[in-house]
Amino acid sequence: MRQTPRVRWGEFAIESLIRVIGFSTVGFVIIIFLFLLREGLPAFAQINLDNLFGTRWYPTFGLFGTLPLVLGSALITITAIVIALPLGVATAVFVREVAPNWAREILKPMIEVLAGIPSVVLGFFGMTLVAPIVRETFGAPTGLVAFTGALILAYMSLPTIISVAEDALDAVPKLYRDAGLAMGATQWQTIWRVVVPAARSGILTAVMLGMGRAIGETMAVMMVTGNAARMPLGLDALFRPVRTMTATIAAEMGEVAHGSVHYHALFAIGIILFVITFLINLAAASTMFRKRRRGGLR
Amino acid sequence: MARAMRVVLAVVLVTAVLALAQCGAPRPTDAVEQPAAVSIQQKGSDTLVNLALAWAEEYMHLHPEVRISVTGGGSGTGIAALINGTVDIANASREMKPEEVEEARKNGYTPKEYTVAWDAIAVVVHPSNPVDGLTLQQVSDIYTGKITNWRQVGGENRPIVLLSRESNSGTYVYFLEHVVRLGNPKSDALFSPDTLLMPSSEGISAEVRQNPNAIGYDGLGYVTPDQKTLAIARDADGPFVLPSAETVNDGSYPIARPLYMYTAGEPAPHVRAYLDWILGDGQRLVAGLGFVPLRQSPTGGSTTP
Repeated sequence: MRQTPRVRWGEFAIESLIRVIGFSTVGFVIIIFLFLLREGLPAFAQINLDNLFGTRWYPTFGLFGTLPLVLGSALITITAIVIALPLGVATAVFVREVAPNWAREILKPMIEVLAGIPSVVLGFFGMTLVAPIVRETFGAPTGLVAFTGALILAYMSLPTIISVAEDALDAVPKLYRDAGLAMGATQWQTIWRVVVPAARSGILTAVMLGMGRAIGETMAVMMVTGNAARMPLGLDALFRPVRTMTATIAAEMGEVAHGSVHYHALFAIGIILFVITFLINLAAASTMFRKRRRGGLR
Repeated sequence: MARAMRVVLAVVLVTAVLALAQCGAPRPTDAVEQPAAVSIQQKGSDTLVNLALAWAEEYMHLHPEVRISVTGGGSGTGIAALINGTVDIANASREMKPEEVEEARKNGYTPKEYTVAWDAIAVVVHPSNPVDGLTLQQVSDIYTGKITNWRQVGGENRPIVLLSRESNSGTYVYFLEHVVRLGNPKSDALFSPDTLLMPSSEGISAEVRQNPNAIGYDGLGYVTPDQKTLAIARDADGPFVLPSAETVNDGSYPIARPLYMYTAGEPAPHVRAYLDWILGDGQRLVAGLGFVPLRQSPTGGSTTP
């Protein structure tokens, strides 16, 4: 017992500091949620529920139908994930399993740089370059449509999907690969039949986190989706403009009179958005947790 | 690596936000350093912000003892700030609503309105669009969704893509009341749900520039030469008139609106002096920014009751 009490004190202080910081993160989330509730719940009392969940969003005229906004967000988020999932998993497999070391050294930082591109830059890129291409290729009346938004969102969620999926592949023991190859499987067969299935819960987590990233994105989406609050139903909905929850909050919050019905309605959208992202993250966390309990892999 | 970058990014962002907040807030330290200086806080309409900045710069140049800070954010933001007593002048591209006036009265002041310039709202299309002019009724039918193809107004067989500013913009409110509803206060016409709401003037001009289907509207000062401005007629037999300072002045261009500044009650002497200068000498800056100066405006008045 050569440790002096002073050293133990220092350790205790640092440990408690870290603990306080850790708990305060949770505390902040709770405070933010309480704030959202305080500002948003009055909307549910002030606005008729059939109005609030109706199909017409004209906030300046007392029509607060959030349905087109929720469906708009859902449409572009799901489309974005459908586009980004194969690309992201394929990239992760390439970087982790196929690429030679030197290529991996270049690719990994490049993918991380992708995550650092400001969304307003991507939005501008989408508005001036992608939108005209979408309009001409698909013969839509305008290029500022859900599909353009989904393309930009897919691009934005790629880094998240790639790095989480890559970590999942990384966690697959080398034993599995060796066993696959020893059984006479080709490298391709080993990857698709052994390694990727073994990492599937991690890949699912990647998808969830990518979705969480996509649904909360605001600026780029606001710039490229046209922001028309129409119901995105019908087969052509993907090639029509949509308005998302995030874009609505961002576009209207600056102007709204503090404490008005419209103000509370925007916070109500915030609550809906918070609940959706919370559920997605919870699903992601639970798949991750289940994986750990099973001892990593089956 | 990624985490480190994220931390750096976060620090940069927080610093930037703090710096911005500093710009927006009144600066008490400056006031202490220069006790003689008087300051004027001005906030509101994004339409008016460039003009207000030009006025402020020129006036501070002429009167170094006056400090004027101008911020945008929208007419509603400016009026709310005026009601809460945090600014001296609210810039607005629309009139104050009765409930806003009521709220100001509750706080103890009656807002005073000054018309400081006129703004023509131009209706713009892609340069390749063969349509040269529309009547107000046609513009209204297009924006409510009754007319959906350019062929119906003498153009090519193309769908019409409607572009509008966001609903928080004073330009949106004016266009809705005076064009979509044709100035009829009893009308409850609304923009078609297919209308694309663009967050900025730049969003509208970018789409109009590249999309031959598009129709948009914006303040004349924001229209660039690579868009085609349509001539507008009051009715089917009326003359089709292009927007310009002259046609707004003689009242022949139908979509023009006054731009306002509001003070909370009778302004303090230094604010009064500034407003007098804007309504007088300051008017020569107006045309250079794409707006229409007051002197020969349709009503010709400097203040409206």
